[in-house]
Amino acid sequence: MAKSVQQRMMSLNGDEAVAWAARQSNVDVVAAFPITPQTIIMERIAEFIHDGLMDSEIIRVESEHSALSASWGASIAGARAFTATAANGLALMWEILYIVASSRAPVVMAVVNRALSAPINIHCDHSDSMGARDSGWIQIYSEDAQEAYDNTIQAFRIAEHENVQLPVMVMLDGFLISHTMQNVQILPEDVVSDFVGYRKPSRIKLPEFYGEKEIPLMLNPKYPISIGPLDLYDYYFEHKMQQIEAMKRAPEVIKEIHKEFAEISGRSYGDGLLDPYRAEDADALIMGIGSTMGTMKAVVDELREEGKKVGSVRIRTFRPFPADEIRKLASGVSSLGVLDRSASFGAEGGPLFMEVRSALYSLKDRPPVLGYIYGLGGRDMPPRLLKKIAEEVLSAREEPERPRVGYPGVRE
Amino acid sequence: MSALRGWKEIPIAGIPFEPAVKYKTGDWRVFRPVIDNEKCIKCGLCWMFCPDSSIIWDGDNFPTVDYEHCKGCGICAHECPTKAIEMVRG
Repeated sequence: MAKSVQQRMMSLNGDEAVAWAARQSNVDVVAAFPITPQTIIMERIAEFIHDGLMDSEIIRVESEHSALSASWGASIAGARAFTATAANGLALMWEILYIVASSRAPVVMAVVNRALSAPINIHCDHSDSMGARDSGWIQIYSEDAQEAYDNTIQAFRIAEHENVQLPVMVMLDGFLISHTMQNVQILPEDVVSDFVGYRKPSRIKLPEFYGEKEIPLMLNPKYPISIGPLDLYDYYFEHKMQQIEAMKRAPEVIKEIHKEFAEISGRSYGDGLLDPYRAEDADALIMGIGSTMGTMKAVVDELREEGKKVGSVRIRTFRPFPADEIRKLASGVSSLGVLDRSASFGAEGGPLFMEVRSALYSLKDRPPVLGYIYGLGGRDMPPRLLKKIAEEVLSAREEPERPRVGYPGVRE
Repeated sequence: MSALRGWKEIPIAGIPFEPAVKYKTGDWRVFRPVIDNEKCIKCGLCWMFCPDSSIIWDGDNFPTVDYEHCKGCGICAHECPTKAIEMVRG
């Protein structure tokens, strides 16, 4: 591994770390609408642009629907576009989420996870981004402010990679990461600039009637094209298939870019898809997403000291879902616990629980999987509760008839 | 239209690989416009108003209708100042 470069230690909260990443990533256009707990990202970016520290156009729009529409327009005009939102803002973007992904526009968006209304709640859970899991966006979840910075930089490379060409959401937990000050290592401007480069739209071969030219996939009056005007039962399915295939190619690209970034920064998070902690010889594994998995590491250490063989696995990419990697880690484990920070009302468990359990179906010896829905609306997840969960998972031996799903932290 | 293509054979992002005029949409129609050249004064209003560019007109001769794309909306008949266009079923 090459020697990593000299970095600057700064005290930043998660939102500021994301703004720093955007500042350094040669972003052409930023369009956003303020919403707690995302607002700091856009405030910092506005300051950077005002102070001449960031060379981007900022578009102040009247809603999140417009924020993503403007980002999409910029992106298909060939620009590198960045936006950020949270909770109800993401919900208002709903229509455009699918349009951005289907148009293969490599927009990067920070989503600061916050509970969806009603009642209004500004604190963290994953119900906003989990609801968008089928929209065709790559989803990368961060554990802390440092990782939010690292993920945002990598996101541009992943999104624009010629084998992918899909938009990327970078998630960070509202308040727990977004507003929590942390020492963050910031790479030099030129190092990040070299790493991300400038947006070069991928080239496509134009169809016969355009004259069989090869052009960049972008709107340009020199060679007018339409992007996604109309598809009925004759071609819509084929275009969805292309998105499915692009998602299948994404894990390799995410791993490759994660590795390349690790070489310059000295920081890595598992293989880029999963971040396991003391998982190799574990009897029981606890899987989850986001900042809680940082707390979980301390709990794992505590349990290990007591001689209990518990490990943890943090899922970084929920889309694409690392099913193969999860199968590898889970085979030979005697039980699994899955932590979901969102509910899927009427389902057998939370979204992560369902996907993990489904991934394990093809294993010969399937370990029992226990689901836990926790932390809704920012409800605290203290170490003692995590410890209790881990001990319960450790003692689980048989697959129950119906999945066991608990709700740690809720009052009856 | 040519044979339907597979997902590996078409451009991504929903970029059309055939021009829209290749789609024959005239069969959506219930009534078709029929131009009576006896009454037509070649004013060009039907050509201007047609929302689907289905009136073919060179500016000199009598206009004709592109029945492969005309949807039969009747706007041309409505706009015609000399009532030279009749909407006929079938």
